[in-house]
Amino acid sequence: MTENQTAVAYLIAGVFFIMALRGLSSPVTARRGNFLAIAGMVLAIATTLVSPHVISYEWIAAGIIIGGTIGTFIALRIQMTALPQLVAAFHSLVGLAAVFVAAAAFYAPEAYGIGEAGNIHIESLIEMGLGTAIGAITFTGSIIAFGKLQGLITSNPLVFPGQHALNALLLALLVASIGYFCFDQSPMIFWIIVGLSLAIGILVIVPIGGADMPVVISMLNSYSGWAACGIGFTLSNNMLIITGALVGSSGAILSYIMCKGMNRSFFSVILGGFGGEAAGPAAAAGGDRSVKSGSAEDAAFILKNAGSVIIVPGYGFAVAQAQHALREMADMLKEQGVKVRYAIHPVAGRMPGHMNVLLAEAKVPYDEVFELDDINRDFASSDVAFVIGANDVVNPAAKTDTASPIYGMPVLDAENAGTVLFCKRSLASGYAGVDNPLFYRDNTMMLFGDAKKMCEDVVKAMG
Amino acid sequence: MEHMGLDPFVIGLTVFVLAVFVGYYVVWNVTPALHSPLMSVTNAISSVIIVGALIAAGPMELNLSKVFGFVAVTLAAINIFGGFIVTRRMLQMFRKKK
Repeated sequence: MTENQTAVAYLIAGVFFIMALRGLSSPVTARRGNFLAIAGMVLAIATTLVSPHVISYEWIAAGIIIGGTIGTFIALRIQMTALPQLVAAFHSLVGLAAVFVAAAAFYAPEAYGIGEAGNIHIESLIEMGLGTAIGAITFTGSIIAFGKLQGLITSNPLVFPGQHALNALLLALLVASIGYFCFDQSPMIFWIIVGLSLAIGILVIVPIGGADMPVVISMLNSYSGWAACGIGFTLSNNMLIITGALVGSSGAILSYIMCKGMNRSFFSVILGGFGGEAAGPAAAAGGDRSVKSGSAEDAAFILKNAGSVIIVPGYGFAVAQAQHALREMADMLKEQGVKVRYAIHPVAGRMPGHMNVLLAEAKVPYDEVFELDDINRDFASSDVAFVIGANDVVNPAAKTDTASPIYGMPVLDAENAGTVLFCKRSLASGYAGVDNPLFYRDNTMMLFGDAKKMCEDVVKAMG
Repeated sequence: MEHMGLDPFVIGLTVFVLAVFVGYYVVWNVTPALHSPLMSVTNAISSVIIVGALIAAGPMELNLSKVFGFVAVTLAAINIFGGFIVTRRMLQMFRKKK
């Protein structure tokens, strides 16, 4: 293959990737989109393998077989509730791979046509430095995010005095090292850049609390794209630049959507310290207010006699593995002629779109599932809002109480429904550590208990 | 500069800026219900940096660069297989009302 033919093949692969993302605009075309992405990847790899740079295949075959087996095994075994951890772990691998590719290019620049060892072109050095740095930050940042999501490290924000000053100092050192790298391309400087970036990746994520994890995963998604871009610039490979830019902007848009869903500014998420046990000022305020609580039988009676029901699922319901029990309950209601729909808050899960996947897994048809903007007005005309495993996302204080930490966050107007059935273990506050006035409303009935067991009991009571 | 040829960086920058715009418009069109598959598929395709790793792992002689290339090929392969398969698993679950 000539260089021109290679470049054209790469361009086609890049177009496939764009078409793949286009396919995700609807569940109908999404599977074809994934197939196009695979086709693009196969084309890109095949093109590289037949290029004159690659003459020995043993190690490559070994790497693909080992990596492919591990990847396949993990992807087939993973529980959908653990999806956020999986994605975080995968991001870390992209980051680490980017560091290794940059290191390979640093030690053998001839293979990439960017100069000779010890005499790499200055532009390539800057690009290499940036690609390495972003890759290394993505790597350790994603490891920390993985640890927090998996519960290996506390999801509470870890803050200590002088944190921001330390981060700023390390960042300044990193920029200086990349600058110095242009004059002294010794391996030591390269590895200093790697080391500093690894440290920054850890320090940037530890102060961010569990509640902000959807933003963090999206942000790391974006970083992994920019890391690919950096490698693309280093190797003057346009396909890498195109792909990296697609991924980078995708992650950035998702971060923006998640921030908006929580009414948090991107900057305040990065600075960290939000959520966790420290932030529970309103928890005691509800002391003497009374709540009405009911049994599964009461809930079954109310649900059966309703004309339309909107279910508001939160992450807690997925943790309780209540998806299938809930679907069964919904099926039964539908048989009785009740209109059942699901309302999804943008941050209902632990990553963008997570709740939709969890419902889809329970065989809930996607045309019964609606986003906040599309369904919020319909609560007023619904007989029942069935809130299960959710809390902050239906908190009316977000609309009225300017002192509330979640004030301004878009919420589902569950309180406008005729009756609110609130399935929850206790009156404890939610992830953001805020009390919920909805518990104490006249039209609210609390259903205390485990989400899964409650759904099963309601099914029994209806049958 | 002795001749007026375009610097590869400028070509790369042109491609980069245009691709960011394409990405921006394409991704806003993705339905929110599919944001998780979007993340896993973008994760898989960002592993296309495997092409850089293949070039490093491709030469005959064994050196440090080849070892780095091998490691990067393995890591990227985990992501490519894992990312596409988990995306497929997710997308197969999305069904319409019967």
